Amino acid sequence: MAEMDTSGGGHHKKGPGVKKGKKLSTRVDLTPMVDLGFLLITFFIFTTTMSQPTAMRLALPDDKVKPEDQNKIKQSGALTLLLGKDNHVFYYEGELLPDASNFKSTNFKDIRDVIINKKQQADTNLVVVIKPNDESNYKNFIDILDEMSINVVKRYAVVDISPVEEDLIKRTEGGQ
Amino acid sequence: MGRPKIARKSTSIDMTAMCDVAFLLLSFFILTTKFKPSEAVPINTPTSVANKIAPENNILMISLNKDGKAFLSFGDSKNDRDKKMDMIKYINDNHSLGLTDNEVAALIKAPFIGVPIAQLKQQAGLQMQGKELTGENSPGIPCQDTANNQMIEWIRAAVDAYKGEKMNLILKGDNVAKYPVFKNILTAFKKNDQFKFQMVTNPVSVPSGTELYKLNLSGKPEE
Repeated sequence: MAEMDTSGGGHHKKGPGVKKGKKLSTRVDLTPMVDLGFLLITFFIFTTTMSQPTAMRLALPDDKVKPEDQNKIKQSGALTLLLGKDNHVFYYEGELLPDASNFKSTNFKDIRDVIINKKQQADTNLVVVIKPNDESNYKNFIDILDEMSINVVKRYAVVDISPVEEDLIKRTEGGQ
Repeated sequence: MGRPKIARKSTSIDMTAMCDVAFLLLSFFILTTKFKPSEAVPINTPTSVANKIAPENNILMISLNKDGKAFLSFGDSKNDRDKKMDMIKYINDNHSLGLTDNEVAALIKAPFIGVPIAQLKQQAGLQMQGKELTGENSPGIPCQDTANNQMIEWIRAAVDAYKGEKMNLILKGDNVAKYPVFKNILTAFKKNDQFKFQMVTNPVSVPSGTELYKLNLSGKPEE
């Protein structure tokens, strides 16, 4: 099968009367070597890690900035997302009404539509306020930041949750 | 008219070329492969569409495992090791731990730092005895509550060690790590005026039809 041709031309017949010297073949059977080669290739293909971990950048605001210097957000463009336990997401647009009638529950699949809708409606005024509560996990937080970059939301803020909202989440989760 | 001679073809194929290709590929994979360093703290990172590769040098990595324990680890380059030494010495001086040079060296060799500052001497001792520390048997750096957030100390030490140089703060959190611990680490960053950091994620492709997808298609550079 796999051999190197080293005989150099087809002089097989040396004519009558010429004594044939015993010729050792210089051909090497390469099959085992090829086998081994491919075995190693498969090994390295499977062990190699092509996808390197990527990094998501996040810049934090400076807490020391005086409250009067901080930007106030326009209520018309505000969308507040609250992250609860078990991957629950709650949201309200604008200001939270006293009777909490605009407090809605959703999940990570549908939150994209909510953001897209709000974005179309609010256009340049859009500010997303993200409030993770103590029961949400790190994945939820990354997922929601990811939604921000997927939907190209330029302005968003991570804010501590207020007791009123915490209470609303507790009540909604309890009712489900 | 004689029958045309049918040349008898040999069934053996010359494998030399194939062999060449095989070994070329083999050498490529051997050279490009990079074995995953065995992680003392296993962490499942969340996925994101971020496409920037995480840096590997001049890093200070804070790992947050599934139990909410925080660990510090460093890069592998020589510069990273020097900085690690500076940091440990800084902590040693500020908290008068009285670590010997041997103990400092043992801590530098350790894959991560995962004990409260007061127990650093013990960890160094265990390290010198050749005991392998893992995420399971280490208590982690305390940052669960705001009152005793030792991460602030460590970041301060890092800021001191990396004075005038660019430091890459990296946060590697597990999917199920709870948010409050993460928040306390953010507080530690903020207290030391470190406002930029990166979070390690696994890359996923951008969902089609979304705005970022269209933006990428139009070829506009991101930010």
